[in-house]
Amino acid sequence: MAILSCKNLTLGYENTVLVRDLSFDVKRGEYLCIVGENGAGKSTLMKTILKLRAPMSGSVIYEDGLDSTGIGYLPQQTVVQKDFPASVYEVVLSGCQSRLGKRFFYNKEDKELALSNMRRLGIEELSGRCYRELSGGQQQRVLLARALCATETMILLDEPVSGLDPKVTLEMYELIAKLNHEGITVIMISHDIVSAVRYASHILHLGSGFFYGTTEDYLKSDEGKIYMPGGDEK
Amino acid sequence: MIDTLLMYLSHSFVRYAFIVGVLIALCASLLGVILVLKRFSYIGDGLSHVAFGAMAVAAVVGLTDEMILTLPVTILSAVILLWSGQNAKIKGDAAIAMISVGALAVGYLLMNMFPTSSNVSGDVCTTLFGSFSILTLTGAEVILCAFLSVTVVVLFILFYNRIFSVTFDESFARAVGTKVNAFNLLIAVIIAVIIVTAMNLVGSLLVSALVIFPALSAMRVFKSFLSVTICSAILSVVCTLAGMVVSILYSTPVGSTIVAVDILFFAVFSLAGKILKK
Repeated sequence: MAILSCKNLTLGYENTVLVRDLSFDVKRGEYLCIVGENGAGKSTLMKTILKLRAPMSGSVIYEDGLDSTGIGYLPQQTVVQKDFPASVYEVVLSGCQSRLGKRFFYNKEDKELALSNMRRLGIEELSGRCYRELSGGQQQRVLLARALCATETMILLDEPVSGLDPKVTLEMYELIAKLNHEGITVIMISHDIVSAVRYASHILHLGSGFFYGTTEDYLKSDEGKIYMPGGDEK
Repeated sequence: MIDTLLMYLSHSFVRYAFIVGVLIALCASLLGVILVLKRFSYIGDGLSHVAFGAMAVAAVVGLTDEMILTLPVTILSAVILLWSGQNAKIKGDAAIAMISVGALAVGYLLMNMFPTSSNVSGDVCTTLFGSFSILTLTGAEVILCAFLSVTVVVLFILFYNRIFSVTFDESFARAVGTKVNAFNLLIAVIIAVIIVTAMNLVGSLLVSALVIFPALSAMRVFKSFLSVTICSAILSVVCTLAGMVVSILYSTPVGSTIVAVDILFFAVFSLAGKILKK
């Protein structure tokens, strides 16, 4: 059953149309990678999925109890965070902000959730450390733990490995794959088509047109053949 | 020395001044942490100039209570500046420079064209750098000041978790449904209120020092948001009290004395931060 369906989306801004008539479904437990060139509309699509901006036409529908605010979002890092004095625990706990509802303060369950997600990603011993003093890979794990506090269903990752070295990149991909095996639906925006093909179950390639389908089909498609010479990388 | 201090403290207007000073220092430092982290330090500076301009207009028009005009005008400017700062199409820094210098010039011009007292330069100097005008506060002004400060502190504590989220990562906060715009608006209004109340203490040119120094000092040493906030609040109150005592004992201008103590503590904390890192 689809938990997210995008129907006939047209994306763009003002007079520029980036993507026309885009339709795809995401089912529970799938791993969708959105790839494509810069400026092809990846970020615009992501904002539309999060309902931060309205599509020019078409609709984004959530089903099966999911809502756009119930997605665990891992945004790209900002300049502000580079010298922000915050402990790892404070950052992870802030993932529970949508659970606050009308309350002002976090309760015991919120704190338990933050701790359990830190254990899940192996960063519990970093709890009291300052976020800005961590390595790039550790920072991404912290932000991923925060994203997990906001969701039980789906995470949306915006280029989670940009700026990481190859070894840490691999660890990050393995970690995301592990979460996916545990039943969390993953949508990832990526530049790294080779890894996308290795890990994802479905690929959405945005370009002059678009391709959406399973990874196997992608490798046989024209888009896939251009970017994956040999086509049998997997 | 202590006798002199006790003698001063026996006067109710001196006690009022201390109460107001502590309250203002407390709120200014709380918001300072957010302003510094959001890269909005210059907004405080711009707003204080706007408040100066508004104050000049109020004096010329002959309002007895200048706050009636200064407060709304400053709040409006704060909202406009924060909004434009987020809109990348308008150059936020240029807008702030324009508004702040403009307000300063118009304010001075008006004060000269329609002098309300014989000593215009004295008045201007007082408004810009603060004076012992804090010692001439009336009971009603103290109550207003106390009311505004307590409101700011209560709002800050109640929305502490959300303010943290919005400051640390706006995109994430927006995505999970936190009303980011509403909180930015709240922050803008609170900043304006603090600037206007703090002008009584240190004068409009020095207000931003009161706002940013304690936060910057605390950030040299502490590593979590909570500890930075608490340290900044304590430091700000201590510096303000020390500055006021020194200014009374040695008859130095109160605003610049407080800022001098702030600078001193910043140096100490920077050094401490360097030593702790090793």
